Amino acid sequence: MTASATPPAERRLPRKGRSRQRDRAPIEDMTAPIITRRLSKRYGDLVAVEALDLEVHAGEIFGLLGQNGAGKTTTILMLLGLTEPTSGGARVVGLDPRRYPLEVKRHVGYLPDNVGFYDGMTGRENLRYTARLNGLYGREADTKIGEVLDQVGMTDRADTRVDTYSRGMLQRLGIADALVKGPSVLILDEPTTAIDPIGVVEILDMLRGLVREHGLAVLLSSHLLVQVQSVCDRVGIFAAGRLIGVGTVPELAERFGDGAATIEVGFEGLDRAGLATTAAALESVKGVIEVHAPAKAHDPFVVLAKPANEATAVREAILALASSKGLRLSSIREAQASLDEIYRQAVSTRLQTGVESAA
Amino acid sequence: MTARSATADLREARLRPGWITIAAKEFTDHLLSARLYVLLIVLGIAALIPLYFAADQIRSVAASASITPAIFLFLFRLAPEGVPILRVDFWISIAAPLLGVAFAFDAINGERHEGTLPRLLSQPIHRDDVINGKFVAGLAIISTVLVGVVLLIAAFGLFRLGIAPAASEIARVVLWLLVTILYVAFWLAFGLLLSVVIRRAATSALVAFGTWLFVAVPFFGPFLIGFVASVIAPDDPNARHFIGQFLPSTLYGDITNVILNPTVQTTSRTITQSQYLQAQNFFPDSSLSVIQSLVLIWPAVVTLFALTIGCFALAYVRFMRQEVRA
Repeated sequence: MTASATPPAERRLPRKGRSRQRDRAPIEDMTAPIITRRLSKRYGDLVAVEALDLEVHAGEIFGLLGQNGAGKTTTILMLLGLTEPTSGGARVVGLDPRRYPLEVKRHVGYLPDNVGFYDGMTGRENLRYTARLNGLYGREADTKIGEVLDQVGMTDRADTRVDTYSRGMLQRLGIADALVKGPSVLILDEPTTAIDPIGVVEILDMLRGLVREHGLAVLLSSHLLVQVQSVCDRVGIFAAGRLIGVGTVPELAERFGDGAATIEVGFEGLDRAGLATTAAALESVKGVIEVHAPAKAHDPFVVLAKPANEATAVREAILALASSKGLRLSSIREAQASLDEIYRQAVSTRLQTGVESAA
Repeated sequence: MTARSATADLREARLRPGWITIAAKEFTDHLLSARLYVLLIVLGIAALIPLYFAADQIRSVAASASITPAIFLFLFRLAPEGVPILRVDFWISIAAPLLGVAFAFDAINGERHEGTLPRLLSQPIHRDDVINGKFVAGLAIISTVLVGVVLLIAAFGLFRLGIAPAASEIARVVLWLLVTILYVAFWLAFGLLLSVVIRRAATSALVAFGTWLFVAVPFFGPFLIGFVASVIAPDDPNARHFIGQFLPSTLYGDITNVILNPTVQTTSRTITQSQYLQAQNFFPDSSLSVIQSLVLIWPAVVTLFALTIGCFALAYVRFMRQEVRA
């Protein structure tokens, strides 16, 4: 987006900014635990975050996705009152983090990017320090610490020194650390970076469980799109300080995808000749634009259908085709659009519109 | 405010100020760190001086000079024959700055390096709680050991050498302790400033050590003063004195000399061993009261205090304005 699209926004008063927002955004929920309105941060000429409008609701996991340097961490620091916004504002648990940083930090658990702990202390001792800083002492603190260590599966290693921990264990301890204060909002900056794939699945499962049990609002940032897409209820795509798309993954796929749906179709008992004739038959189905026959007979065909909202009709047509031709259908399913793909599409779409408006 | 629960309110009511929690944690860390051994060894040597090295000297002076005022103070300012460095006050004037910076040079950049600073600052504490807590913890541990060492020396004088302190002598030792703690506070504040400004702990340690060498060590100190004087005002003979007056080491040296020796009636800009002896010779039996000595050094104490506050304020302001991220 070029400067011509938004220049007066920074000077506009926050109230005005909000009322303008009301005209544009369909969802307006002032009770949401995290709300930002035209939140902006610039360092000199460098724009880190530009006019960010965002809501994260209780009981949902919101993924803030974008490359390194897209402004995710800056946004998070502004939500915690650790960095002053240049313009615009935020409400976290109903409070302005600029004016009430302590109140906000009392209710928000935060896992920083590349979280660190005091090396000479054990995991449990580190958590005890955090508990004390939050006004939890003695037995009450120990009970809570035991509970959160259990939640992140770190009970076994809690009493060894932190400098023996792997990156994944530090990350788990970091989540436990964020949970010690019993927050109603959880902000996780790159929670899955530097963790092995199994660890990622475990951590994301754990997050799901937490949200289900406690109704937390979770904001997580990541540049590893595919890893987090399964766990996020909604995602916001962030590029060069701007939010260029918000919604569920299918919604975004519809908005930024190339308009085609991907359907995988598997057949049993096909020989080499059968593969070719079946491919030709699939191509003749109305709405199918492309068919990729598999190299091996057991693998599914990949069928691209356009437009995407006709995918159900295409699937029914393929079922009818299979029964009329006597083919043994073993599987048929619509493949989820990959967030990586959406992201690439979204960024390039954005770049194109940027170029157009500049010209 | 809908998100606030009853338990959170309860916790708020019991919440201690953040700096106390941080100071307590830092104090415990110091107790377990290698720094503590350095502290104990360096200040332990100070305690050994009257106990071991200078005991004979003090004994002989005490025996021969029963009319000499303030024998108790000899415990702190008498060196063994031929080793002038082994005086308690002198030793501590060199060691205090080193200990001060040693306990602060990595206070903030260490947290940055470990990646604990964003986590710490995301707790419900003010940002200045971090720097205040660390300052208090460093001052507390050095002061504790310092007071212990002075008590040890006093007890040794009392029970082994049979020197009973008079009330004015106790007052002088207490005053000297307070000023020494102020001097340590200056160097702690300086160390904190370095830890805020310099991103790498190793670099700030080097800078701290270099500063100590040229400001606090008497052998190198005059070089620096002379150099600065010749740059600023090459023709003015008073420039050296003027600059020296604002060096914390000169101020502290002046104060120590006057407080621990009732017979010293003037403060000089650059204190040397011989000047001190001369002063003793010129005024062999006229000595000042505690109040008179205090009046004499008051400007120096105020200047030292102002330097400490200035250094701490600079560290404070820089830290408050710094970005959380590196």
